[in-house]
Amino acid sequence: MVGIVIVSHSQKLAEGVVELARMMAAEAPIAAAGGLDDGNFGTSYEKISAAIESVYSADGVAVLMDMGSAVMTTEMVLEDLERDNVKMLDCPLVEGAVLAAVESVGGISLDALTERIAEARAVKKLDN
Amino acid sequence: MTDSKQIIAIVEAVANKIEAEKDFLTQLDNEIGDGDHGINLARGFKAVQAKLPTLADKDIGAILKGVGMELVSTVGGASGPLYGTAFMKAGNVTKGKLELTDAEFASAIDAAINGVKMRGKAVEGEKTMLDALCPAYKALKDGLDAGKTLVDALADGVTAAQNGVEFTKTIIATKGRASYLKERSLGHQDPGATSSLFMLQCALEVLREA
Ligand SMILES: Nc1ncnc2c1ncn2[C@@H]1O[C@H](COP(=O)(O)OP(=O)(O)O)[C@@H](O)[C@H]1O
Ligand SMILES: [Mg+2]
Repeated sequence: MVGIVIVSHSQKLAEGVVELARMMAAEAPIAAAGGLDDGNFGTSYEKISAAIESVYSADGVAVLMDMGSAVMTTEMVLEDLERDNVKMLDCPLVEGAVLAAVESVGGISLDALTERIAEARAVKKLDN
Repeated sequence: MTDSKQIIAIVEAVANKIEAEKDFLTQLDNEIGDGDHGINLARGFKAVQAKLPTLADKDIGAILKGVGMELVSTVGGASGPLYGTAFMKAGNVTKGKLELTDAEFASAIDAAINGVKMRGKAVEGEKTMLDALCPAYKALKDGLDAGKTLVDALADGVTAAQNGVEFTKTIIATKGRASYLKERSLGHQDPGATSSLFMLQCALEVLREA
């Protein structure tokens, strides 16, 4: 199964998103990397690396981020990791996490998930 | 010429300056961000300061790379990966060197700025640290090309960075958190441009003493 990592400035938010995703996909390998080691707001290089490591398999890992430094710090972790089966996906965090978790349990590949997430970005919540 | 001792002294001076200006930087970030720039950088440079003794006998490239890596792991906000990348890129172009010629000093700053641009996907004029750094580099380079000493050229750089910080008051942010505020970011100086100015000022002060 493709592993999933949720990166956020807020530990609570990252953990909450993981909880929400697990409600529909209990077995999904998904980990939170939220906040700094001391519990403060921010993004932590070490937490992101550890979270990726914790859900890593040959199937690869999809990393979903909130904004700003979450994106930049993840970028640096991935540059150092040098593994092409660990990718950042660009999507709304909650919707993307739920979709990724469901698809991961369904056995999707990382490349196919990348495409699914891109499609999902176009889905609207309201008709207008 | 700038040697590794002076580089260490500059980093040390930056750490002290950031600690002293922590509340001011945080106040600036309160106005157009999330009010943590001073806290973020003070946390980062405190960790850097603790690590400096282990870097003291290294070459300039290794010192700068070590500083950058420490900032990446401890700052927590956008300025972490940005300044972290900046120092690491400066470290790349000074690898193995125990002394820098003035041209090499300028090249290191250029590499640092290109690192910020790459990491932040930003250019000058977006109300970020680049609005202090880019004009500073240009003035420094122009000064050196015109035959000025490093200290004199860097003094021009600091003046340009000061003007750059003033300039950030007149523009709307299009990168970073302040970009969410659109027009409401007008009239406020950018926290990151301000911390960049402080760093350049520290470099100038240390080199002047030498
Ligand atoms: N994409 C970017 N490119 C260049 N500089 C940026 C970018 N985003 C933010 N900055 C700089 O970072 C500063 C904010 O740093 P900080 O408060 O530590 O981070 P955060 O915005 O994550 O809270 C801004 O004032 C700006 O100068
Ligand atoms: Mg901030």
